[in-house]
Amino acid sequence: MHPILILVSQRIALGLLLLWAASVLIFAGTMILPGDVAQSILGQSATPEALANLRAELGLNDPPVTRYFNWLFGALQGDLGVALTNGQDIAEALGRRLGNTLFLAFWAAIIAVPLAIFLGLLAVRYRNRWPDKAISGVTLASISIPEFLIGYLLVYFVAVKLGWFSSVAMINDSMSLGEKLSAIALPVAVLVLVVLAHMMRMTRAAILNVMQSAYIETAELKGLSGFNVIFRHAFPNAISPIVNVVMLNLAYLVVGVVVVEVVFVYPGMGQYLVDHVSKRDVPVVQACGLVFAAVYIGLNMVADIVAILSNPRLRHPK
Amino acid sequence: MGEPLLKVTDLKIEATAYPPGEPPQDITIVEGVSFALEKGCVLGLIGESGAGKSTIGLSAMAYGRGGVRITGGEVRVNGRDILRLGVRDLRRLRGAEVTYVAQSAAAAFNPAKRIMEQVIEATLEHGRASRSEAEARARALFATLGLPDPDTFGNRYPHQVSGGQLQRAMTALALCPQPDLVVFDEPTTALDVTTQIDVLAAIKDAIRETGVAALYITHDLAVVAQVSDEIMVLKGGKMVEHGATDQIINAPREDYTRALVSVRSIAHEEKVPTADPVLRVEHVTARYRGTSFDVLHDVTVEVHPGQTLAVVGESGSGKSTLARVITGLLPPSDGQIRFAGRPLSSALAGRSREDLREVQMIYQMADVAMNPRQTVGTIIGRPLEFYFDLKGEAKRKRVAELLDEIEMGKGFIDRYPAELSGGQKQRVCIARALAAKPRLIICDEVTSALDPLVADGILKLLLNLQKVENVAYLFITHDLATVRAIADSIAVMYRGRVVRYGTKSEVLAPPFDDYTDLLLSSVPEMKLGWLEDVIAHRKMESAGN
Repeated sequence: MHPILILVSQRIALGLLLLWAASVLIFAGTMILPGDVAQSILGQSATPEALANLRAELGLNDPPVTRYFNWLFGALQGDLGVALTNGQDIAEALGRRLGNTLFLAFWAAIIAVPLAIFLGLLAVRYRNRWPDKAISGVTLASISIPEFLIGYLLVYFVAVKLGWFSSVAMINDSMSLGEKLSAIALPVAVLVLVVLAHMMRMTRAAILNVMQSAYIETAELKGLSGFNVIFRHAFPNAISPIVNVVMLNLAYLVVGVVVVEVVFVYPGMGQYLVDHVSKRDVPVVQACGLVFAAVYIGLNMVADIVAILSNPRLRHPK
Repeated sequence: MGEPLLKVTDLKIEATAYPPGEPPQDITIVEGVSFALEKGCVLGLIGESGAGKSTIGLSAMAYGRGGVRITGGEVRVNGRDILRLGVRDLRRLRGAEVTYVAQSAAAAFNPAKRIMEQVIEATLEHGRASRSEAEARARALFATLGLPDPDTFGNRYPHQVSGGQLQRAMTALALCPQPDLVVFDEPTTALDVTTQIDVLAAIKDAIRETGVAALYITHDLAVVAQVSDEIMVLKGGKMVEHGATDQIINAPREDYTRALVSVRSIAHEEKVPTADPVLRVEHVTARYRGTSFDVLHDVTVEVHPGQTLAVVGESGSGKSTLARVITGLLPPSDGQIRFAGRPLSSALAGRSREDLREVQMIYQMADVAMNPRQTVGTIIGRPLEFYFDLKGEAKRKRVAELLDEIEMGKGFIDRYPAELSGGQKQRVCIARALAAKPRLIICDEVTSALDPLVADGILKLLLNLQKVENVAYLFITHDLATVRAIADSIAVMYRGRVVRYGTKSEVLAPPFDDYTDLLLSSVPEMKLGWLEDVIAHRKMESAGN
């Protein structure tokens, strides 16, 4: 078998193993949380009989291992159970929220990733001159300001003062794509500003590292222009660290947007999770945790695989 | 006849140095160098490291490596002063009119791109041929340079071909745009002698066939004598002597040139083996963990007290692995090591402190073998403390003695490695090994990274120390000139086996086995026409077979 297939399948197997370990941790973690779901559903005045009945009905009396496997097999078949607080099917509600979050993350990524890499290349091309310093300065500032503050600043100036976009990013299925994009413009802008710096600085550092190599001198002595040297010769050898940091930031766009969603009242995963944590709705929290873990592990697995594929020694063995 | 192709006048090159603890200062690297090169001629630039050869070579492309600046003089290529050119015009010059062959092709090729793509890149960039023309040209060059499967060679990635092949591909890369001038910067230095001779012949053929002019930079006078029409000897950034190759080799005018020509002429009388060897390696077979092939097969050699066994072979022949087995770093899978008659534990952990003391090692890279944050006194003092429990004044006194022995003197005791020259660093490493009063020192390519004259000094020192201390050396090297200079007995290694073993006079006298013959005949000799003779001789032999 081609060594690359072996390596890639190893990565995938490892990713699945990790996901399973994460599911155990999530389940165990929610188990040791204080509080009793039956109690919180029925309230303080519930009779002991009613509590006991509800516990039996919810399967809370089974041993934890049984409950874990029931939950796991359900999750594997797409059945995440029902929310304790309102009886809704979790998979359906979560699917809608996840769709919204991915929509937001997608548009933020579409803008942020190419922009970050382009700015990184630009910073290398003009390293230690004013464009490099300006790019570094601006992106460093944008990552240093807390994202809720950027969010409120944008809401105040762009939405309230200028009135260009809505300050509330509510979207629903009846809106056209254009209307949706207009609605999410501000949260997308905030997310782009937050993830840009990290990716841009890593691109710059990774390429500068490669620029020390002897083959860069070869390229310069071929009479290539500065940008061609960077783009054709340095960039292909810097892909692996860049992809790693890009994937970490994409994961952040999915699992770390709670604050931005709250600021802009966006109906995504983050809000959904926060709502149900405060209501002690354990199945929902577990389901959200599992989805977040899957996104994180999946994206990092993609980064690993891209790094393997970008290595010519692995792609074309002797 | 108009202007020559390349005319350098009164070149001055400077750089900024950052000495530790002092403000940065400008230093002059090259000064007052002038020469001219006609179309189709080859000029050899020769000198030790720091002589400014590469810097001068790169000035023909108006390129300064690192912080190097060309601050004075003129460099005229095809009649125009390239030091006055703007960025765009310079780009049109580089990779088109003047091209460059780097010392280490393995590092100079981009690992992420196919060889063909890199070979034709400059040709396409400067619009000197269409893609199909350029590829045809590259394939023709691959054939001229003797590369295997020239039609498909370019489809491979750099890691898929050998170092010698890559060096030839680098030459193809430089010749593909059909430049007027090629700068060859030590193109064969990183290669084994047996590979070097093929690459050298390939480069020479390619230069003759294309009629290109060349600057050939090297520290090896014997090599440059084979390819160049004229030679310029440089020292410390200044010209020492410039003349026709024949004159430089056969009738050098300057003392420095004479020293370069006569280097490695140490006369060493071979000693007779004594009855009891200090080290016996018996039928040793070894492999690295996790691999499935033996790096050493059934190796048996012995070293006698106060004598030198030279272990010769090209890279990958198992020389350094043998050293690792003897020192206990790599336990052999079969066979044993006997030291002064007693068996040595195969693993490091099983050896007593006394065992460790009696076998010391000196490495190729002196600067990475020392802690850069320790002074010379600390470095040499460490074995004194460890093995003999010397402290304070007694230790300092012994360190001073050792510094005298290596001909440096106690003034160096508080210096740091960074403040020493390459030769001085290697001397400190020798003193550190001697400090343990060993009976055997393993020298692993200790002179390979040094300039010929400096290496000569180190070899003389090692021979003197051997007389005084009666220490035995196991001397690992790929350089046969070094072997001739110091060995009492020789083991020739090839692919993990000892193919020839005996006293120096036996091993170096015919009849030879095939490999030893190849190895011996590949060592460049300081003689005009040597390369042609050897190649012609080999062709005749292969035709005879």
